[in-house]
Amino acid sequence: MASKKYMRQFVSGIIDNNPTFVQLLGMCPTLATSTSLENAVGMGLAATAVLAASNVVISLLRKFIPQKIRIAAYVVIIASFVTVIDLLMQAYLPELSKSLGLYIPLIVVNCIILARAEAFASKNSVLPSFVDGLSMGVGFTLALSAISIVREILGNGTLYGISLFGSGFQPAAIMIMAPGGFLTLGLIIALVQKLRQRAEGKERRKS
Amino acid sequence: MSLTEFFSLSLTAILIENFVLIKFLGICPFLGVSKKVSTAAGMGIAVTFVMAMASALTYVVNTYLLVPFDLQYMQTLAFILLIAALVQLVEMFLQKSVPALYQALGIYLPLITTNCAVLGVAILNVDNGYNFIQSVTYGAMSGVGFLLAIVIFASVRERIAFCEYPKCFDGFPIALVTAALLSMAFMGFQGLNIFG
Repeated sequence: MASKKYMRQFVSGIIDNNPTFVQLLGMCPTLATSTSLENAVGMGLAATAVLAASNVVISLLRKFIPQKIRIAAYVVIIASFVTVIDLLMQAYLPELSKSLGLYIPLIVVNCIILARAEAFASKNSVLPSFVDGLSMGVGFTLALSAISIVREILGNGTLYGISLFGSGFQPAAIMIMAPGGFLTLGLIIALVQKLRQRAEGKERRKS
Repeated sequence: MSLTEFFSLSLTAILIENFVLIKFLGICPFLGVSKKVSTAAGMGIAVTFVMAMASALTYVVNTYLLVPFDLQYMQTLAFILLIAALVQLVEMFLQKSVPALYQALGIYLPLITTNCAVLGVAILNVDNGYNFIQSVTYGAMSGVGFLLAIVIFASVRERIAFCEYPKCFDGFPIALVTAALLSMAFMGFQGLNIFG
């Protein structure tokens, strides 16, 4: 019974409430690290780990943190976990850590994490908060992957570093540069909105 | 720092490596508060101010506190706390002494704490090994770059409000497509290197 409830919460975090495509949170890392699938997955998983861990700790401390300084307290908790992840990645995944560079410490100011801490973890018990953090993180990772697949194939002719089209392919380098990021994200959100509008239209006709 | 170096650094920060359009820092306020030119300008000025102040303070803390005690791994934590405190301080100072400016910027100030451009500039200053004057210049000029980008973007968006486009592009998508075009324009500055 309980596991079913968590499963539903998990799936809704990925699809109905996807942090990137539906809630439109955390745009900076989404645009900056979606140049290749490898970077996107690395960034997504790092953010997921921070989200789940900070959600658990904030939920545990929710009765002790005074209302007035709660944001500062959340930021300290999140920054501690980001430092842990940053050091772990530098030690065990030095290449990924180098290619993500500045954007790993910047997970601290990723609005998804602070938004979930404020909107969910500060009001719910530990287990649902953990599930929420995990599902938001996975939703973020999947969204990043979707964007990066488009950008890597068009901009570099590769997928996860593997060449797809042979040497005759002329990649459109603009797609892995800044404009391609804005364009891809804009078109994907437009597609999501289109699908939602169609689904809403169908529901209205039914009722 | 010579005058040439000053101009070269400023040009890099404002145009060639524009924080928003090339480096993807500070996208949230860029998309969130760019519906009107006046509010966008207010946000831009507030961000510029905080970025310059944050560059100066984080430089001091990093050089005289973190490095001598071998605490560089605390960088992220120290910087974000410093920025949060700074923003709070600026807010209280403005409220008491320049109420007119506070009225204009008030609502944007708390938002700046979670603006990744501010933390970004602090970390970049350390990574690039800038000295105090270079750090403050880079911080302030990156802020000017943000101001320039957000004001141009807001004026384009004001016009787009009167245009017809597919309904599914309403809101964010059309703004992102606009930003893509603007970013393409700024990429043209990439070859600009007149100070060699």
